[in-house]
Formats: sequence, structure tokens, C-alpha cells
Amino acid sequence: MAYSDKVIDHYSNPRNVGTLDKSKKNVGTGLVGAPECGDVMRLQIEVDEATNTIIDAKFKTFGCGSAIASSSLATEWLKGKTVDEALAIDNMEIVEELALPPVKIHCSVLAEDAIKSAISDYRVKNGLPALEMAHH
Amino acid sequence: MLKLPIYLDNNATTPLDPRVLEAMMPYLTDVFGNAASRNHPFGWAAEEGVDYAREQIAKLISCDPKEIIFTSGATESDNLGIKGVFEMYSQKGNHVITCTTEHKAVLDTCKHIEKLGGRVTYLPVNEEGLISLAELEAAMTPETILVAIMFGNNETGTIQPIREISKIAHSHGALFMTDGTQAVGKIPVDVNADGIDIMAFTAHKMYGPKGVGALYVRRKNPRVKVTAQMDGGGHERGMRSGTLNVPGIVGLGKACELARLEMDADTTRLSVMRDRLQKELMTLEESYVNGSVEHRLPHVTNISFKYVEGEGLMMGVKDLAVSSGSACTSASLEPSYVLKALGLSDDLAHSSLRFGLSRFTTDEQIDYAIGHVKEAVTKLREMSPLWEMFQEGIDLSKIEWAEH
Repeated sequence: MAYSDKVIDHYSNPRNVGTLDKSKKNVGTGLVGAPECGDVMRLQIEVDEATNTIIDAKFKTFGCGSAIASSSLATEWLKGKTVDEALAIDNMEIVEELALPPVKIHCSVLAEDAIKSAISDYRVKNGLPALEMAHH
Repeated sequence: MLKLPIYLDNNATTPLDPRVLEAMMPYLTDVFGNAASRNHPFGWAAEEGVDYAREQIAKLISCDPKEIIFTSGATESDNLGIKGVFEMYSQKGNHVITCTTEHKAVLDTCKHIEKLGGRVTYLPVNEEGLISLAELEAAMTPETILVAIMFGNNETGTIQPIREISKIAHSHGALFMTDGTQAVGKIPVDVNADGIDIMAFTAHKMYGPKGVGALYVRRKNPRVKVTAQMDGGGHERGMRSGTLNVPGIVGLGKACELARLEMDADTTRLSVMRDRLQKELMTLEESYVNGSVEHRLPHVTNISFKYVEGEGLMMGVKDLAVSSGSACTSASLEPSYVLKALGLSDDLAHSSLRFGLSRFTTDEQIDYAIGHVKEAVTKLREMSPLWEMFQEGIDLSKIEWAEH
């Protein structure tokens, strides 16, 4: 399969690979996907509680090049956004940015799920109700 | 200077040996006659080339030249062998025994004869990829007309106990057929010592051209016949009609001659290289060799790297032309049925790489492959949440994964 240059770039030079301290109250962690489906993404955000702004984001992904690129791109976009702005990220924006083919759209869906799951975890840790997760 | 990518997918196909091309050239140019033309020198010259090739092939597998039926390749040979026996011996019975790790050319042909009223037993294999002789014995019935078990497996290189299998088949009055596609030209195959009645093989897996193969069909003890699957001029003793592919056949003959003369040297050199590649890659934690290490073709190794996803791995080893057990580039996500038959979980089957070396593989290429694979696996594991969890001692099977 031919990958777009942007997918190859993120795969070869992934941004923000790593792990944040999940025991911290201002760190939200999302773990989505399943090993037998061929992709697992873990995406973490660190939030500045005073401004409700994401000051750091990290990911680790088990998956194909498109899954790695989708999560890498997501962490780039998350940094500097408020939590509300982050919630508005739509998977189709990822599809467009990375020029994902139809068979790889599920990678972008998984990245969106990972963002929402991380935000939901952060909310619960801070006494807010969990997000209603859309099931794809 | 090392040329990239490096070709290590020689179980899929091999490059043409220049000496084979040289032997073929006259038959692609001046000697263009139809081998069935009996009335002029053009036909005679072509026929002479074909006859010589028959002898070269016969010497490699220790048979009579008359026992070689030329076909378009191993798939056609597998079809002709199985369907041809099923039709020819329908009076005797309708039962065929094969195994779950056969090539699709055998499995799908068996599916086809099931539709025609045949009964097929698919023997399972153990974790090494070997069938159980006791299970074979138990599966034999008076209606069993054919046992079809491959010689060497295309994905793992596992070699089945051919002599023991043929003995069991014969003791119950059944014929024994083997798909020798990966074995012929790579390891010694002797149709008499091995008890083979029918054998499919092809030129392009042993440095010959694509589009030409053969079916060995025994003529004595017992005399075997297969019903033609292509009607026409009655070529090849009536078993396979169609004008002979003379240059291809000459190429197959030359490839067989070279294989016979160079097999020992190739085996020694390739198994040393293969073992070095395998030993180095096995220094990566959580890597597993798939299939039997003891009963294996000398140029093949198939290794799974746990906690790395197959398609991501293929992207990481872009400088190597190898095959993976993952078929997820098609949207299906269905991992290799051969590896699954060995008992591998889906994720281990997905994260496997098959390395197939050739006569032309160099030590320098193997050095590069070792470094390249190690680097890709290490990098992907550093990026893998599963690898991190494994290192923290978390049991991944206990996690409730959100299915999507």
C-alpha cells in the first residue's frame, strides 16, 4: 500500500512518543482499541487547571503506519488547545491532513476516541461526569 | 555498494539464474518450432530440447523422463493431480486426505471436489507444523483414494515426514501425492525412496522462469493415471493438452540440472546464513520461530516479534522485500491460516516475518537485514503501549479491551 508523505513522516519521526504520570490529577489517559484488532492507542494529556489548557500530550501506539501517524498528529494538535477545543477535533480532519485512504479511516476514528477517552478520564479525576463516548 | 531493497522473499519466487536464461535464449529465438510438429526440423529441434529437459528433471527427482507431465506451474499441477485422481479413481472411492497448512492450490482444489461429492479430511498440525502419523492412519478408510501432503511448507519451511506418510497411504491402497513446490531443487527428493506417486512442482521457485511447472505421475508400481483437466490435442500422454512451452520447459530443465549439481553447496551456505539471521533476530526479547526448527527447508525462517503490529513492522522494514503473516493490507485483517493452524494467536501471526534466502543472497545482505529488522522492532516497541505494559508485568489478556 502506498502511504502519503505525511503518514511516512509521522511514522519515521513520531512526535510526542512517551508516557505521562497517570497518577497525577491533571493527567488524563485514554487507552482504546484492542490487540486482536491490530491497533491499540494510548493517548495522554496534561492540563493546566487554571486555564483549562492542554500543556503536554504523549502517545504510544501499537498499530500500522496510519494508526501511528494519526495518534502522533493528534498529540501535535492537542498541545496548546483548551479542553473544549480538543473535544471538537473531528476524525475527518485527521483523514484530510494525512490523506488516509478509506481502509484507514478507522485509524483516525481511533485517534478521536483516544482524545475523548483521555479528556473523559481527566474530567472524572476532577469530579466532573464522564463523557458520553460515541461507539463506532 | 549494497542495493536496496534486499530481496528475501524467495519462497514467493526466485530470480532467474543467468545460466537458465542462457539455455532458454535459443528457444525464444531461432528454435521456435512446435514440439508436436513431427514433419520438419523445426519441430524436431523443439522436441529435442523438451526431451533433454525431461531427462534433466528426471535426474533431479530420480524418475523416468516419461513420468514428467509439463504444466503451467504448481497451481495447475496441484489441480491436475487432485482433480485428475478424483475423476480417474471414482470407482474405487471418493475420499481424499490432506492437511490444514497446504497451499491454497491444494486446499481450494479439495474444496472443489467436495462440491462434486468428494469427501475430504483436513488433518490438523502440531505447533511445529507437522501432521500426526497416528491421525493419518486413523483417517484412512477403504474409500480413501489419495493422500495429499505437501513436502515443505511455503510459510514456515516445515518438512513433513514424507516417507512415513507415503507408507501409510500405500498400506491402505491409496495413492500418495505431494506438493513439492518449495522442496524440489532445494532438498533431495527421490520419488522412489520417498514413495511418491504424484508430485507438483514449478520452475520459478528454483531460479527458473515463471509459467512452467510439472506434475510427476508414476508409471510403474503402481501405474498411475490422472484424468486430463484440459481437453485438446492429447499432449503429455493425454494428461495435459496444449502446445508445450518449449523455452519454459528448457528453462525448467536447466534449473533442475543446476539444482542437482549445486544443491549440496547451496544448502551448506544458505543454512549457515539462515541460522545466523535467525540467531541474531532471536536475541530480541519475545521473538519466536514459527514451525519446526529441526525439520525445515535450509533457506527459510519465519519469526514473530510480539508486541509489534504486522503492518507497522512491514513499513519499518521497507528496505527488505519479505512476506508477513499479516494480510491486513486487504481490509480483512485475517492473519495467516498456516500460522493459525500452528496454534499462534492472531497478534503473533500478524507480527511475523518470513525470510526466504536464495542462491544469490550474500552475507552483506544478511548483515544489513539483521540490523534493519532489529532497529525496526526496537523502535516500534518503544512506541508500543503493549510493550510498555508487558515490561510492567501487566497481563494483557486480563484487560478488558474496548472492541471497535
